[in-house]
Amino acid sequence: MLELDSITKRFGEAAPALDALSLRLARGEFLSLLGPSGCGKSTTLAIIAGFLDPDAGRIRVDGRDVGELPPRRRGLGLVFQDYALFTSLSVRANLAFGLEAQGVPRAERRRRLEELARRLDLGGLLGRSARSLNMSEMQRVAVGRALITRPALLLLDEPMSNLDAHLRQRLRTELKQIQAELGQTVLYVTHDQAEAMSMSDRIAVMRGGRLQQVGTPEEIYHRPVNRFVAEFIGDPPINLVPCTVRPGTGGAAVSSPLSPASSFQPGLSPMQGEHLLALRAHDIRAVRAPGGAAGVPAKVRFVENLGAQHVLHVELAGSLVRVVTTPGLAAEGDTLHLTADLAQAHLIEAATGEVVRASGRRELAA
Amino acid sequence: MTAALSVSGLVKRFGSVEALGGVSFTAGEGEFFTIVGPTNAGKSTLLKTIAGLHAPDAGKVAIDGRDITDLEPRRRGVSLLFQNAALFPNLTGFENIAFPLRAAGTGTAEIERRVGEVAGKLGVGHLLGRHPRTYSGGEQQRVAIGRALARRVPVVMLDEPLTNLDARTRIALRIEFKALHRELGQTILYVTHDQVEAMSLSDRILVLSGGRVEQIGTADEVYRRPATRFVAEFIGSPPMNILEVELEDTAEGQVVRAPGLTLRVPGPLPPGGKRGRIGLGVRPEEVAVAPEPGDATPIAGEVFWVEHLGDRSILDSRLGGQTVKVAVPPRHPVSGVGRAFFGLAPRPEHLLDLSSGRFFR
Repeated sequence: MLELDSITKRFGEAAPALDALSLRLARGEFLSLLGPSGCGKSTTLAIIAGFLDPDAGRIRVDGRDVGELPPRRRGLGLVFQDYALFTSLSVRANLAFGLEAQGVPRAERRRRLEELARRLDLGGLLGRSARSLNMSEMQRVAVGRALITRPALLLLDEPMSNLDAHLRQRLRTELKQIQAELGQTVLYVTHDQAEAMSMSDRIAVMRGGRLQQVGTPEEIYHRPVNRFVAEFIGDPPINLVPCTVRPGTGGAAVSSPLSPASSFQPGLSPMQGEHLLALRAHDIRAVRAPGGAAGVPAKVRFVENLGAQHVLHVELAGSLVRVVTTPGLAAEGDTLHLTADLAQAHLIEAATGEVVRASGRRELAA
Repeated sequence: MTAALSVSGLVKRFGSVEALGGVSFTAGEGEFFTIVGPTNAGKSTLLKTIAGLHAPDAGKVAIDGRDITDLEPRRRGVSLLFQNAALFPNLTGFENIAFPLRAAGTGTAEIERRVGEVAGKLGVGHLLGRHPRTYSGGEQQRVAIGRALARRVPVVMLDEPLTNLDARTRIALRIEFKALHRELGQTILYVTHDQVEAMSLSDRILVLSGGRVEQIGTADEVYRRPATRFVAEFIGSPPMNILEVELEDTAEGQVVRAPGLTLRVPGPLPPGGKRGRIGLGVRPEEVAVAPEPGDATPIAGEVFWVEHLGDRSILDSRLGGQTVKVAVPPRHPVSGVGRAFFGLAPRPEHLLDLSSGRFFR
């Protein structure tokens, strides 16, 4: 549906903003470009939309090279930050705008507008001024305005990033439901991993103009390929605990402050150098008194109360480790005993940041 | 705890719009006190009125027992960091942080010491000699926070200091804020629209809506004992489910009923109180769900939408004609759409008067 082939873009002499980016979207897919500011995600979107020309590479929409076409002939719909509606116009005029610009005859405009209003549940709003809408209605109108020209691909550029956290959460469910119902192909740009996780069929994580990993939310969350992806996905962020790896016969022994008794990992090939254990905060178990298997004692420095769960920041070998627990387990200053299942941990080579051994989670074996 | 900041009956109108409708609270000395609410709740107006940038139409503001309602801003003993705090581009990081100290006539040696201390705690020591244009977004914000904290004022007010940052930077700075507050011990008045920030940072939280106080309490209190429907739906992600049920007096005591569901209400309710159609509040993590019917999951229903968030999944479900969000951990036996069986918290704890929007239990 959308194919990006080795797109490169430079601004001045600095490192390329996009470095040979290749990406494919299937029809009906919701794919998010996710990364921090400056990772190249917005540049990618601007190049697809035709607002920027790449220095090299090809862009195809439905097999057709659109690289030379002006933006409005590329078959794309666009939704911008905060939806950018024409607030002085009615909902009907906002929706019809794209069709008028394309010179679609009046009768056809009316037919399409009514069909879309029905599908997006906007029927009762058509006569209202865009200024009078609530944010949920604005989102539907903005999406409707972009969809009315029947674009092959809908591009959304951080549409929710200036909205309240609370509202954002509701709108992302609504947006995903509209997309799924219409089977619309979507490319969504965001820096918010929770948005990407909750809406996407696949996520493309970017950093410094390069793709780090492309995969389903589950793959990205449970099987990050490197330290950057592991740290970028998940709230609270994943724990990185220094560990030592000693080569043995048919595997290697791993020990860390979380698991001082070294644990033999069969099949792990001998490696040199420093490593990190990457472990999600809910994969570390904390108990008040050491049970059968003695845990590592650690002092609770901070408690983040998130209602349904608490995130404890506990001091381990001079740095803080995050542990998710049920409410009420511990207060600041308490000592807890930690145990971790190393089978749930990824092993990261400190020098390269590469995950050299992913966790043993079975359900993702495929 | 002595009250560092005391606000009583604060009213602020802009023309015919009432931005603050009589806000009262006290923040104790050294307390991390957060005002949380949606856009247009009046949060920033409240801060600006306390800072003296707006004159209130009614009410009083006192710091350390001293009425400051009519004092000019710089004599109030508060510092205010705005959401888009711009650093001075032509000054180094050091001079930016030192700026309020110089303005207050602090001596050179003391400035060196204070800037060094604050910068060390914020991890911006390496930025002091550089200019703001060379900083990342997170670094700029850290230096701006340093500037707000450098002066030893009784109350530091921060207006959405993390809002414009990357989600990732925001999460990292959140815990740094908490650590910093523990070390410096200043009274902090913090404003945010993000309930997660409010919950994780604060000693106490004031939930503001439409210029009025919905509730003041610890994170535990606003989460476990929301006073109003607004609080129940604003705090927690996803929000508390509110089911419509009938509250009835029976021979065995009070029960709530909905299609396919009868729950006994533990303990007596106030006599002559609300009966009939009420709201039953249930947190998403308190709803049990299973692929087969069971003692804990007797109610047949349907999961019609699933959001996978990595550490848990949210199941949008329908049971007895009502929509309920259910939170389940990863690798839960119910993880997709289709028929499922549900159980609500066996003890109905949150009972809502639907007309007033207040919980009566």
